[in-house]
Amino acid sequence: MIVMFGIFLLTLLVITAIAIVRTSNLFVGVMLMGIASLLIAANFFILDAADVALTEAAVGAGISTVLFLSALALTSAQERSKSSNRLLSFTVVAVAALVLIYATFDKPRFGDPLAPVQTHVAPWYLENTPTYIDIPNVVTAVLGSFRGYDTLGEVFVVFTAGIGVLFLLGSGTASSSLPRETNNEGLRHYLIPRVVGRFLIPFILLFGLYVQFHGEYGPGGGFQAGAIVTAAIILYALIEGERRALAALPQRWLLGLMAAGPLIYGAVGIAGIVMGGNFLDYSPLASDPVGGQHLGILLIEIGVGITVTGVLLSIFHAFAARGR
Amino acid sequence: MTTLLDVLSWVLLTLGGISVLIGGIGALRMPDLYTRMHAASVTDSMGAILVLGGIMLQAGWSLATIKLIAILLFLLLTSPTSSNALASAALLAGTRPIAERKQDREETP
Repeated sequence: MIVMFGIFLLTLLVITAIAIVRTSNLFVGVMLMGIASLLIAANFFILDAADVALTEAAVGAGISTVLFLSALALTSAQERSKSSNRLLSFTVVAVAALVLIYATFDKPRFGDPLAPVQTHVAPWYLENTPTYIDIPNVVTAVLGSFRGYDTLGEVFVVFTAGIGVLFLLGSGTASSSLPRETNNEGLRHYLIPRVVGRFLIPFILLFGLYVQFHGEYGPGGGFQAGAIVTAAIILYALIEGERRALAALPQRWLLGLMAAGPLIYGAVGIAGIVMGGNFLDYSPLASDPVGGQHLGILLIEIGVGITVTGVLLSIFHAFAARGR
Repeated sequence: MTTLLDVLSWVLLTLGGISVLIGGIGALRMPDLYTRMHAASVTDSMGAILVLGGIMLQAGWSLATIKLIAILLFLLLTSPTSSNALASAALLAGTRPIAERKQDREETP
């Protein structure tokens, strides 16, 4: 039954991908990309990868759709005429597809218990998480502690990407140089979206905090929480106008948040050295090793969430500032 | 009692599935944006309520039911709002309902 469901979702995904390639209307393309993200998130969920599914749904279907739409507001909604060299592109794609299909022949069968991924380090993580870290969500234990270096790298990737986008678009104007405030900024003249949106924003923020701090016990963590909090603030910016959103969380604060996340993460790592362990070894942070691990994971997840929120919101405001 | 709940939940799930199907067919077959939205709202309202109700009966009194109620409340709040926003945006952008267009055609032969 589950396999049937997976095949159904993957078939829909292929249909959506073909539709994305074939449409020349970029708005339709963006909407289809959102649908593709939701489909792949559902597929991740079927494979029991709830953390990845949550990330894909929040970032892929939520935030990146908004960012694509704000980019589209700066350009035209129609694709330019197709390039003349279609045969060459088709050949490149066909060769790449054949190579990929050939590569899948060496992959282990789906769900094979003897596959390297099942026999190499995964059993060690599953066995030793209760003793060393003692949290129910092994994904968070692996992400935060066992493979803390990788996650530090990811946080720096997000940070660098944010810096790159801001260099290209400019970090937005100061709120004082915005045009005079009028009464129809954002959706302020639409009564119903405004009332419902204002009612929902606190709950979305609360859910973001839940995802942030519940990551040790269920699916969630800093990446997902950052995307959800960003979604709440973008909703605020959409219904109340950008000025109010920038007044609530000014651009210089966002730049500070962008840098604060990697700083918190790195500082936790260095604190490990100072307290007598290795870099990113959380065990010495508290009186007992397991408590230290809990504290370390909590702190680095906060760092991750802060960076993701700062970067995504800065990019959103940068796009919006270009539109003026 | 459990059999009764099971039967009831399957009836709800089936009716919900039928509503979603009707909504899908309507969204494809209706002539213009507003009538399509009208058809798609069957999915949002009846489909969501019936399917979530069916799952709630399957879950029984547990944390899952409370989460499902929260999801249902969220859907019941957001989907009419987004429909309203979509329809008013379309009206502002100049898309006119098909009935009005027909009326115009009859008045100006």
